[in-house]
Order: sequence, then C-alpha cells, then structure tokens
Amino acid sequence: MANEVCLRNNDLERPWLLEQYQSRGGYEQLKRILAGEITPAQVIDEVKAANLRGRGGAGFPTGMKWSFISREAPGQKYVVCNSDEGEPGTFKDRDILRYNPHQLIEGMIIAGYAIGATRGYNYIRGEFWEPYMRFQGAIDEAREAGLLGENILGSGFDFDLHVHLGGGAYVCGEETALLESIEGKKGQPRFKPPFPAHFGLYGRPTIINNTESLCSIPVIIEKGGKWFSEIGVANSGGSKLFSISGNINKPGVYEIPMGTPFAELLEMAGGMRDGRKCKAVIPGGSSSPVIPGEQMLDLTMDYDSIQGAGSMLGSGAVIVMDDTNCMVRVLERMSYFYYEESCGQCTPCREGTGWLYRVVSRIENGQGRPEDLELLEDVTRKIAGRTICALGDAAAMPVQGMLKHFRDEFEYHIEHKRCKVGA
Amino acid sequence: MGFKNAPMTTVKPVEGKENLFSPEVRAEIDSWIAKYPEQWRQSAVMAALRIVQDANGGYLTEALMDQVAAYLDMPAIAVYEVATFYSMYELKPVGRHKVCVCTNVSCMVNGSDKIVDHMEQKLGIKLGETTEDGRYTLKEVECLGACGGAPMFQIGTKYYENLTPELVDSILDGLE
Repeated sequence: MANEVCLRNNDLERPWLLEQYQSRGGYEQLKRILAGEITPAQVIDEVKAANLRGRGGAGFPTGMKWSFISREAPGQKYVVCNSDEGEPGTFKDRDILRYNPHQLIEGMIIAGYAIGATRGYNYIRGEFWEPYMRFQGAIDEAREAGLLGENILGSGFDFDLHVHLGGGAYVCGEETALLESIEGKKGQPRFKPPFPAHFGLYGRPTIINNTESLCSIPVIIEKGGKWFSEIGVANSGGSKLFSISGNINKPGVYEIPMGTPFAELLEMAGGMRDGRKCKAVIPGGSSSPVIPGEQMLDLTMDYDSIQGAGSMLGSGAVIVMDDTNCMVRVLERMSYFYYEESCGQCTPCREGTGWLYRVVSRIENGQGRPEDLELLEDVTRKIAGRTICALGDAAAMPVQGMLKHFRDEFEYHIEHKRCKVGA
Repeated sequence: MGFKNAPMTTVKPVEGKENLFSPEVRAEIDSWIAKYPEQWRQSAVMAALRIVQDANGGYLTEALMDQVAAYLDMPAIAVYEVATFYSMYELKPVGRHKVCVCTNVSCMVNGSDKIVDHMEQKLGIKLGETTEDGRYTLKEVECLGACGGAPMFQIGTKYYENLTPELVDSILDGLE
C-alpha cells in the first residue's frame, strides 16, 4: 500500500493541473464541507481520529493543534503552511508542491474553515523556484475557478491564500521564526508561550502546519480519520513520505505506511549501492542521532520504533551511509551546518555550535586531543535544553549519537591523526 | 500582553516613492505588498530585496537597501538586518552565474567534494570567489532539499541534479 495520500495522483500526466486533480475527486471534500455536510468540529474530530502527527519533524498531533484555536474568537486568524523544507536529507515537500499543489490548497482551505480563518500563507523556501511557480500556478487556477477568494462556491465562506518566499535560512523552518520572517524581520524564534494558536502571525491566532500534514487533510476527510489511522501503527497514524538518500541505488520520495520495516524501505530504494554494507543511517533528518546500520535493519519506520533506538523519526529524511564513509568527516560537515545556521539569538547555541564544529574539525584534521571527546559531550550538555528553539538540541543530538555509536572512529582519529576508514 | 508586535513604522513615510526604482520593479514589489495586511508593508521586504537584487545584476548595495527601506516605510537598519540574515542576498558583486553548490551530508556522501574540486580547477577560483571575467561565482550552500538527486547545485532559479564532472562541464559551458 503505497502512494495513497499525498502522492496519490503521481500516476497522472501533469498531475498539478486543476482538471487532473478534479478528475480524481479533487475539491469534492471542500464542497461537502462548505455545503454543511460536515461541521468544523467534525473536521477537527476526523483529523484527531486520523492520529496524524505533524510531518515537519516534531510530530505534534495536528488535530490537537487545531483545537487550541476557538473558531468563535473574533478577528483575523491565519493558516500558515510550512514549506521551508530545509532539514538536511528532506525533499518530500518539494514533490508535493510540484506534483500535488491543489491537494495542499484544498487542505489549507479546509483548515481555514475548521478554525475560522480567512487567510493563509504558504512559506516556501526561496531556493524552491520551480515548486513555487507550480504552487502559484495552482493558486491562480483555484482562484479563477472560484475555489479561493471571497464567497467560495457561493457558500459565504472567504479564504484567500498567498505565498511568502524565504531567503535562505534553515531556522525559518522553526514555526515562530517563520512567522517573524513573514512579518519582514530576521528569522529569530520567539519565546513560547505564548504559542501561535494564541499569538501567531501579526499577533493573531494562527495554526502552522507542515506541507505534508496539510496535504493529507482532504484524503482524511474523504476516507475518514479511522481509515488513515489504520494504515499506520499505534501512535503513528497513516502513511508517511520518506525522503531516502545517500549511498543507495534509487534515492527518492516513498510514501509508505508508518511501521514499515526499514529493510523494506531500503529494498524499495534499490538497496545499497555496489552491494556495500549499510554502516550507518540517519533516520529523520540530520538533527536526529545516527543509528548503526545493523540495528537500523531491525527497526520499523514509525515514531516509537525509532525513538526506542534513541533517535527520532523527525521529518522522515533517511540518509543511508555505506562503509566507505568516515563518521568523523560526516559529523564535521553536520556540525558546520548548525554553526552556519544558528540564528545567534541564544548564547549556548551561537557559541556552542562554533565549539562543536571547531573541535570536531580539529579531530578530523589530525589535531584532536585525548580530552576532546569529553569536551564535546560537555558542550552538547550545555546547549541542549538551554535555548529558545530546538536548533540547539538539533546541533547537540547528532554529536551525542555519533560519539555513542562510533566513538572508536573518533578515538582512532585522535590517536593516529588519520582516518580509520581509510577514505 | 507584553509583546510588541507592531510594524516597525518608526520612520516618517517618504514622499515621492514613485521616483524610487523602475516602474517594472515598483510594480513587482507592489504585487507582493498586496499580499499582506495594509499596515504590514514591511512583510514585503524579503521579496523587495530579491527583486531589487535581481535587477541590479545579483547583488545589493547600501543605497538600494536604503531605497527599499524608504519604499516600505521601514528604518534602514531593519532592512540591513534582513539583508544580512538571509543567505540568498548578496552584499558584494557576484558573477553573472552564481553556482550554489550543496556540500551537505547527502551530497557529500555522493561525491560533492569531487564536483567542487572539478569546478575550482576548471574556473581557477575557490568557493566564495568570482572569476575575473565576471562570469561565474562559486558559492557553497547548505542543503537545498533535492538530496534524491545528489550531488546537485543551483544556478539562478534552476536546480541541476545527479551531477558528474562531465555534466558540470556541459552545464557551465552552455551558459552565456
């Protein structure tokens, strides 16, 4: 059972066109809702029953997030979609924007109806020009067809939708940094609480969800929350898009049920390139701690399974590495990323990410000292949990994961001033 | 609530906005301003900087940033903050073709180092530099979200994936 939700129209020719989307029942759920067949409360109940957890990485239940906003509260409310896909290894939302933009639009309108919001923004990372053009084309088509704008399909419900393009900043994928960015500021995360449900975009109640989460909504309404939930396993409803890349034969985006064994996903992705050994897997984007290949081959792709192995399902970005890769080198590159992308607001992250990068880098370059591994662990403890947003934790966790599972490679580097792998 | 969440309209709106930028650039910026609530012109600052940068051969100057500030009723410092925070804005001249090459993990394990080495040799410049004839700039960037096609780079608005040294040659040689 693959490609049942977000990628369900990928077999069509030019699936991004309105007529193609409608040939598969597109916008029919919106019509049912606007006709009063389904109330806003029922929409939220279905999303809760679907057991849909936020697909951006944090895994917060989507239905619960929506229920924090009172539909009756007066004044402007907003629906914001997070298409600032930047977690290294993740490339699924790009495919949604390119191949199924109308389903995302329908999901956003339904979300707006559920919480009583009349305006939405989709924050698309600035580098995604082709996906942006596709999505904007779909907005224009939908507006032309009376599916967006004032008095949608004569229902009296208004909803308009715009794109906001990012400018190249990983931290803007953090929801409050993203809101700051739409407000025309540096993308520095806000302290929470208050949460966006109470104080969001322009200070108004806002729900902000990942592209994949919102794109799943029309199918959940059509087939029922129970149907969606039962595709997956306990605590991880539905299917999920996995972006799998690395040293494999067929990297790509695969939409498969939650709980699918990793071994099956790897097989779908063509297996290891050149028949090499699966040495290490980053299961949920570069912020999730690495898992040794042998252990990973016994796990299933769902929240509880990956968490049980000390890592996170995150955004479902699976990076597979074979035995030619030096883990010190990999960690050096990852640590550089967080150092580069720290927004600079919180001292532990701004300074700590620099420490992590410099120390890992000197180990990689043969300048490591015996006490460096303890130093690294100490720095991670001084970052994690001490910052406004999760970027600090995201910088600390990969270091902890690498030192836990591949400590010998780091020790070898320090002692012999060269690489154990011989790469 | 102790939160301040008002637009930063601490400056007096500038007269004669019609004298700033070309009519085409103004029209494009206006189309972005229209997407946001009326009192939040500053929400269009990121789009305005991008549009102005593109019209100026790929980079921003202090004078251009000041004009964006005037056009959007923002303090100049708030525009500088945005322009220096986001990596897609350039504050120094760049080549006609800015090659943004990803070296993050998925690209790295697929040989992005070789792609970078190849381009550095071919063009005779290092990452972060521009060729003397002003044709190419090489820029190292973070994950561009196309890891299924690693290694990859972006030139202008276009992604090029599954790069090999031969493919890089044909792409670069095919540009004006």
